[in-house]
Amino acid sequence: MLRIRNLTCGYDSKVILHDINLDVGNGELVGIIGPNGSGKTTLIRTVSRVLKPQNGGAILDGKDIWQTGFRELAQKIAVVPQTFSGGAMSVEEFVLLGRIPHFKEFQFLETHEDLEIAKRSMVLTDTYGLRDRLMKETSGGERQLALISRALAQEPKLLLLDEPTAHLDIAHQVRILDLIRRLNKELGLTVIIVLHDLNLASEYCRRLVLINEGRVHKVGLPEEVIRYQIIEEVYKTVVVVKENPVSFKPCVFLVSEEDKLKRSSKFTV
Amino acid sequence: MKDRIIRWALWILVLCGLVAGAAIFSLCAGSVGMSFKDILETIFRGKGTAEHSILFDIRLPRILLGFAVGGALSLAGVILQGMFRNPLVEPYTLGISGGAATGVCLNIVLGLSHSLGILSLPLCGFLGAILVIAIVYSLSMRKGVLKIQGLLLTGVMISFISSSLIMLIMSVSRTEDLHGIVFWIMGSLEEPNWLLIKSALVVSGLGLVGSYIFCLDLNAFSLGEEEALHLGINTERTKRLLFVIASLLTGLSVSVAGMIGFVGLIIPHFVRMFVGSDHRVLLPGSFLVGAAFLIFCDTLARIVISPLELPVGVITGILGGSIFVYALAKKRKTSA
Repeated sequence: MLRIRNLTCGYDSKVILHDINLDVGNGELVGIIGPNGSGKTTLIRTVSRVLKPQNGGAILDGKDIWQTGFRELAQKIAVVPQTFSGGAMSVEEFVLLGRIPHFKEFQFLETHEDLEIAKRSMVLTDTYGLRDRLMKETSGGERQLALISRALAQEPKLLLLDEPTAHLDIAHQVRILDLIRRLNKELGLTVIIVLHDLNLASEYCRRLVLINEGRVHKVGLPEEVIRYQIIEEVYKTVVVVKENPVSFKPCVFLVSEEDKLKRSSKFTV
Repeated sequence: MKDRIIRWALWILVLCGLVAGAAIFSLCAGSVGMSFKDILETIFRGKGTAEHSILFDIRLPRILLGFAVGGALSLAGVILQGMFRNPLVEPYTLGISGGAATGVCLNIVLGLSHSLGILSLPLCGFLGAILVIAIVYSLSMRKGVLKIQGLLLTGVMISFISSSLIMLIMSVSRTEDLHGIVFWIMGSLEEPNWLLIKSALVVSGLGLVGSYIFCLDLNAFSLGEEEALHLGINTERTKRLLFVIASLLTGLSVSVAGMIGFVGLIIPHFVRMFVGSDHRVLLPGSFLVGAAFLIFCDTLARIVISPLELPVGVITGILGGSIFVYALAKKRKTSA
């Protein structure tokens, strides 16, 4: 579905992404992980055509995204961003903005169909009850759900999410990621999701892409990527990786400096 | 959804009524007071009477010009606020009016309006305005991201520069030109040239239609430029076209009516409070309220120290500025 080839990209003269190659198949749920500043968000911004690559490019369904019209691309790709503005509108108005790419020339009002699709996507994310609430009066978790509803209202084939669980408590983290997995399974939506939390990525994604210093460091199943050697090398932090007793997925435990010192002194004695 | 359309239609109807009310008030009030009945009688009696010429040669042109300029200024305010996502932005505070005024001053001094025709005045205003927009915008862009913080400061500085430039032009200009510049810069809706009045009406009408084509783009812009792009908006093209429209509207207003501040700031602010921030109703709503407001202010300017006249910019500044401060203070109290 999405093929990224030799992608080199950056801001002005500073190159952030070097020679990225990545294939994402139809119906996949791919997680992108990596340290701060490794280029995860830049990758999302390049695929969504915000940043022009210096070299290489991304091909969606056999068509270069830079040859695709803005509107046509927005009918295929929806983005759930990290930051949000536009608090003065109601949740419903906000979700309806997602129908803009499907508006015809000189169409100013939503059709009945647009309203139905917006309603459906709000029901899917369980935000229909909030439709008259102002965006600025919603909680962090509700806001994230509203952002996902808006993306769904675009009826995309590919959904890009940039850290949708940042600043959320564990209940909301699970709720958001359960929803995304359900959308992936039931609607067949292809999902690329940037995640900071390695354990969440390991739990929910079928395939992980580890990016380090603008290069793809490792691609594979969670069991192949979340290994203590790899994580320690990329994050330069001592970790322990064990299996989650319920899901059997790898789970990362952090080791504090104090414990590290205690351990090493024990071994030397 | 249906409720929303009905609500919008009702608002537009009410605001049209507001414009009509302001226009009738303006027709009645003045050094020769007339009642509504007198006006109807004068119209029926036809041409030739003194009342008729007061109404149709003095008061009506000012009302039409107030309609065009007031609408154009608040429309430019809505567009700029939408593009820069800052409610304090308007042609005056961004220095765009100043740029337009410099352009018009140059035109008067160089005598272009005599050689190229009267329509070169708004054209020069437009060129000055678009130059300032380009400068302000490129200065506030850093690494492809719009920096809102420095925006107003840049605008104020450009206003200073342009007012200094205007003074420079005035100091080297001939006495007869100087009179024209001073008279115009004070801001007045008295415009004897019917061609300018007609073109003002046409341009502000076209500005309304042109910007309305982009109402959904402006809605998307309220989420930020990157988000608008994600929603399939060709942001570069939209920005360029909307900046041209805003410059046209400002250049036109300044060239026919001088510097009239705060209309583009106050009006969209209030309209947003009542009808909401959806540009599909905000654009025409602001146009109408801006038109009514300027007609009203101009009438006040005519009658306050009658038979003398105040510059209408003074009225909009005092009235608009104090209303804005009051609203801000009230808002802070309720939110605290």
